[in-house]
Amino acid sequence: MDFLRPTTWEEALAAKADRPDAVPIQGGTDVMVEINMDVRRPAALLDLNQVAELREWAMVGGTVSGTVGGTAGGMCRVGAAVPYARIIEELAGPLPGLAQAARTVGSPQIRNRGSVGGNLGAASPAGDSHPPLLAAGAVVEAESRERGVRMIPADEFYLGVKRSALEPDELIRAVHVRPATGPQYFSKVGTRNAMVIAVCSFAIALHPGERRVGTGIGSAAPTPRRALEAEELLARELDWTAPLDPALSRRFGELCAAAAAPIDDVRGKAAYRVHAIGVMARRTLAWAWNDHLGRRAA
Amino acid sequence: MRVTFTVNGREEIADDVWEGESLLYVLRERVGLPGSKNACEQGECGSCTVYLDGVPVCSCLVAAGQAEGRQVRTVEGLAEEDRLDPVQQAFVECGAVQCGFCTPGLLVQAHDLIARVERPSDAEIREALAGNLCRCTGYEKIIEAVRLAAERKAAAG
Repeated sequence: MDFLRPTTWEEALAAKADRPDAVPIQGGTDVMVEINMDVRRPAALLDLNQVAELREWAMVGGTVSGTVGGTAGGMCRVGAAVPYARIIEELAGPLPGLAQAARTVGSPQIRNRGSVGGNLGAASPAGDSHPPLLAAGAVVEAESRERGVRMIPADEFYLGVKRSALEPDELIRAVHVRPATGPQYFSKVGTRNAMVIAVCSFAIALHPGERRVGTGIGSAAPTPRRALEAEELLARELDWTAPLDPALSRRFGELCAAAAAPIDDVRGKAAYRVHAIGVMARRTLAWAWNDHLGRRAA
Repeated sequence: MRVTFTVNGREEIADDVWEGESLLYVLRERVGLPGSKNACEQGECGSCTVYLDGVPVCSCLVAAGQAEGRQVRTVEGLAEEDRLDPVQQAFVECGAVQCGFCTPGLLVQAHDLIARVERPSDAEIREALAGNLCRCTGYEKIIEAVRLAAERKAAAG
């Protein structure tokens, strides 16, 4: 096994181009587990810890009007290696859905090391960052030495169980997420309160400006995915000035559940996951809707 | 490969390190610091917790090469000479140590908590220790010890 230690992004891209079989390692919270358990023996590890720019986030583009929330049209560009602990501390304002999901990741030790880039790279259907990224319409910034930067929408990124749209010579540099313009919630079912991988999870993001609701389903299909029909239902029938219609909420839950395609496994039965997705969809919609009406009234 | 890093203030050089090796293995088997315990090797039990550049991490999930040039502080580096760190002292006094296997990880994680939060609430203590499993104590004595250490530290200013 080789251990590659680039110190700049250019060196990292060159290393990945020359050694497409090298496995990128950031926090190690996925990669090292596989090596320790002897389920994987990569030809090379590509350590990204020394590439400092991967640990930065910034507001980019748009008309910056002082505060993060006031950025019109701008995007929050989060470096692939920004650890969950910092997303919770620094990005709960602009990216509340992602920050909520980050709070549910593993233990403090894991949140100190794990990152969205690692979650995306592993592309496990159970990764906690995927549903809020889908709901918020995030875009993955990938780059290769030969072809430069490629922007991949989150809902085109996940291709199968632990398979993503990333090419062998590409590395994930950042995710671009529009700062929240409405309430966002993340909900997760686990077998205990702390330190659990999701049995299933659900994220919702209200986009009042576009009169649209984004969704993300986790750990209830081969890939994280949106509930498209459920989103279309709300886009068509939601009255953004009125209290939530219980019948509409119920149909939303049913369509979210129908969008799930889980399997039975050690963590839960498929039927349970389908049921739980429906419940979480209704609940998160209600939480978000109450916030939305509260903000309108304020 | 060779890994050069600082452990508890002392420079250490580890030779012939396998590239897939963990920092935990290097600490225990090459540097001779067996304080950090090897249990689950998947980041679930917290018994291998050490500081890496001042941040608590599971050393079983840090690739040895990732420690190159960096600062590690293990449970062995908490006490000053013969004087136990206040967290260690409180664990002893409260009976928070039984078989002792989880203790090093709990000490490092608790040490970090009370360094960051002056008087942590019980909820904050439970949250901070959520990644550290103990199969003997039932946790109550541990939480009591963290509370006591925090109080003493706050009182000492």
